[in-house]
Amino acid sequence: MPVVLAVSLGGGLGALARYGVGLAFPAAPGAFPWGTFVVNAAGCFLMGVLMVLATELVRAHRLVRPFLGVGVLGGFTTFSTYAVETRQLLADAPGVAVAYLIGTVLTAIVAVLAGVWLVRRLARRP
Amino acid sequence: MNAVFVVLGAMVGAPLRYLVSRAVASPWGTFVVNVAGCFVLGLLTGVSSGLHALIGIGFCGALTTYSTFAYETLQLVERKAYRTAVANVVLSVVAGLGTAALGYLAA
Repeated sequence: MPVVLAVSLGGGLGALARYGVGLAFPAAPGAFPWGTFVVNAAGCFLMGVLMVLATELVRAHRLVRPFLGVGVLGGFTTFSTYAVETRQLLADAPGVAVAYLIGTVLTAIVAVLAGVWLVRRLARRP
Repeated sequence: MNAVFVVLGAMVGAPLRYLVSRAVASPWGTFVVNVAGCFVLGLLTGVSSGLHALIGIGFCGALTTYSTFAYETLQLVERKAYRTAVANVVLSVVAGLGTAALGYLAA
């Protein structure tokens, strides 16, 4: 039960941050949705950093991963908005839609890999 | 006021994702919530801004996740389960977009 609560609170905070970014950088119809793109890329990078820290380097409290990983970063990043924005763009600007669809997936995987690699590399330093 | 709706929706969506991911083996738990969230968000066309904040940005946004999707894909690559990794990416993107369109057409 404390784990579910930690995920819930973290999810609320992460989603609020995503909402704030969306207000600051609203996506115009037909334009590349930079707000969601940056949120997802940043969230993936931080997930890579967190998972290496929490599973390989630090003996973290048992609620740290549920709160920060599943909750905050899970709530911050979103797959549904990505899919719906792509569907909307397919009608208005198909080229932008394809760039967004493929660009987000590739960037997300590179970002999580970069986070994992960076922390592992820093950890090896004396 | 919409910010409160976002938080309330997310406080339900995120733990629901957690419970599904505990019940369904990785990475398919994340796949299930992502596809389901895409369908529900697709349905939400022309609703009020408050309902969109609660169900769309809050609930669906937190039910679905990109960070865990990307991390689980990387885990599959590190375990040399390349075919599952590619299947996870291709199926998630195709099914997510497809169900978002399906929801839109059904709305």
